[in-house]
Amino acid sequence: MFADYSMSELGAIFAMQGFAGLILFSVFVLMALGLAIIFGQMGVINMAHGEFMILGAYVTYLISNLFADYMPALFSGYFFLAMILAFIAAGLLGMIVEWLMIRHLYKRPLDTLLATWGLSLILQQVYRSVFGAREVGVTIPDWMMGSVYLTDLVEVPINGIFVMVLALTISLAVYFMMFRSSWGRQVRAVTQNRVMAGAVGIDTGWTDRMTFGIGCGVAGVAGAAFTMIGSTGPTSGQLYIVDTFLVVVFGGAASLLGTIASAFTISQAQSIMEFFLSGSMAKVLTLLVVVGILMIRPQGLFSLKLRK
Amino acid sequence: MTRTRFMRLDEWIGFAILALVIFVLLPAALDDFRLNLFGKYLTYAFVAIGLVLCWGAGGILSLGQGVFFGLGGYCMAMFLKLEASTPENTAIQSTPGIPDFMDWNQLTALPAWWEPFYSLPFTLLAVIMVPVLLAGFIGFAMFSRRVGGVYFAIITQAIAAIMTILIIGQQGFTGGVNGITDLRTLHGWDIRTNEAKTTLYFVNGVLLFACLFIAQYIRKSKLGRVLIAMRDQEDRVRFSGYDVANFKVFIFCVGAAMAGMGGAMFTLQVGFMSPTLVGIVPSIEMVIFCAVGGRLSILGAVYGALLVNWSKTVLSESFPELWLFGLGGLFIAVVMFFPNGLAGIYNDYVEPHIKALFGRGKPERSDEVAAPAVETPPSGGPAQPTARPAAQIPPAGTPAQ
Repeated sequence: MFADYSMSELGAIFAMQGFAGLILFSVFVLMALGLAIIFGQMGVINMAHGEFMILGAYVTYLISNLFADYMPALFSGYFFLAMILAFIAAGLLGMIVEWLMIRHLYKRPLDTLLATWGLSLILQQVYRSVFGAREVGVTIPDWMMGSVYLTDLVEVPINGIFVMVLALTISLAVYFMMFRSSWGRQVRAVTQNRVMAGAVGIDTGWTDRMTFGIGCGVAGVAGAAFTMIGSTGPTSGQLYIVDTFLVVVFGGAASLLGTIASAFTISQAQSIMEFFLSGSMAKVLTLLVVVGILMIRPQGLFSLKLRK
Repeated sequence: MTRTRFMRLDEWIGFAILALVIFVLLPAALDDFRLNLFGKYLTYAFVAIGLVLCWGAGGILSLGQGVFFGLGGYCMAMFLKLEASTPENTAIQSTPGIPDFMDWNQLTALPAWWEPFYSLPFTLLAVIMVPVLLAGFIGFAMFSRRVGGVYFAIITQAIAAIMTILIIGQQGFTGGVNGITDLRTLHGWDIRTNEAKTTLYFVNGVLLFACLFIAQYIRKSKLGRVLIAMRDQEDRVRFSGYDVANFKVFIFCVGAAMAGMGGAMFTLQVGFMSPTLVGIVPSIEMVIFCAVGGRLSILGAVYGALLVNWSKTVLSESFPELWLFGLGGLFIAVVMFFPNGLAGIYNDYVEPHIKALFGRGKPERSDEVAAPAVETPPSGGPAQPTARPAAQIPPAGTPAQ
């Protein structure tokens, strides 16, 4: 399959598909980070994660319309406000959901899966009723349009680069929150030994709520970033949920680094194969390989040694 | 422990009532069209019974039952499609004698793996065996490595996703997103007439009862008791010398076989098979039927499948906006407040009154499968921390000691 291309063309193809893969990687990382916090740390299977992401996307859509109508002068900067509001909106909704629903189900992890699936159906219908069934797109500010030409054959879209930078920033932020802040220390203490954490004075209920809220908030930011590269519909979130869970499980559920590494592997494999096979077969092959590896190595790529 | 009987009196009565509903009440009360719809709902009941065995009794939640349902359905659809694609019927195609969608996709010969489906006995065997083999493979690969609980759920869900993408992507071989349509006859017998549909409804009912009796037998056998013990305390069963993985693989295969059977009956009664019945959403909906009916009750599963589907039809006909709210709300309510579904409500609120009415006094509960009030989480992922009540996922951080 390589015979038809010259060496330099082949190099350019790999480079371009590699960049396309990096954009996909950024989206995976953004989605998976929130899930890694919720699923990896708390053990809650949040099937509505995609819907929290879409909430962020719709918030971005509203803000962009608001800026276009009332503050066109500031339009080029609307995205940063939208991102913060997306975080707050999705985070608040997450905390409410945790308070109403999830906290009653911590002892039944499989049931959180079913209950959050119900939640995702309701949210989808809410989006459909409020925003309509059609997909909506946001107007991308001018500075994000266009491409950078690295060589004659290799070009990279600027919005892609922006999403990559965003993914990097948020990964770093999550890392510092989880491993360098007192909040992160509390979260890890609670997940490792709830009773003991409570005994040393950590408010475990509140910590759970904050953790769930922040995980959802990160999903909201992912949704905001997602609007830069695609349009948003009521069911867009569902398209990504299986991929995202696989990314988190493949990486080793409790490891943030593993999540990022597995997002990178899966997105690159898929994107490079996509050029040579049809899109659907590339996806099937990638998923099959991931499922196959998980069958052989169920603990994922990066696992922490635990004494049984 | 007292010796367990195959069925107690009240269980016989429960079976009899269901038989009355399926074989007398529904056919008498409904016109041909509605009866066919209920026949379709009953094909989901096959899956729900399988899920009661896997999930309720065995603690294995599979989110990939749609795959087995679809495989059974596709096997049947391939046979029917080949029968419908005689050279006379397909004379206008550039290659007569192959299914129409293959012709549209520029295939000029029937793929080799379609050939065996000219034979009805092979097809009937495949309807059961293809799902069973796949389930056996998945089950063996995962349970022997002690993957269970949420990991199993997520991986089976991924398999459902793979299956849908594969079927849609390989349009020339599978009919793509439209599925296999325009099915006409089964061995020369036209399945599209009303009489045929009514006959198929009864065949469906009989098969369903066969599955119910098999499920009842399994639950009352020693195997069933091992399953429940495994769900509640997997390690203790293992330490007692049982090979836990084999039991799980077996029950998962039984569930897959039932789902495949349901899929084949679906194809026969509805007249097509498509990837929309294979993927993630239908697979989870099948779990809903089971959860609503009661994950511990095989009869409840049948009622759950009937009730959820019927209300789905009624609600989505008259209030399409409300349907998803209703379904989502139902799901949350069942999980949070009635984890044992309709059957649980019956056992808790209705049964005592009935017992009191007949003056039975204290009911004999010797062989009742006690439902834990809070489901003991089935073993989590590959690593199982023991002293953590909160979650079954391997936690972050350093070793606990």
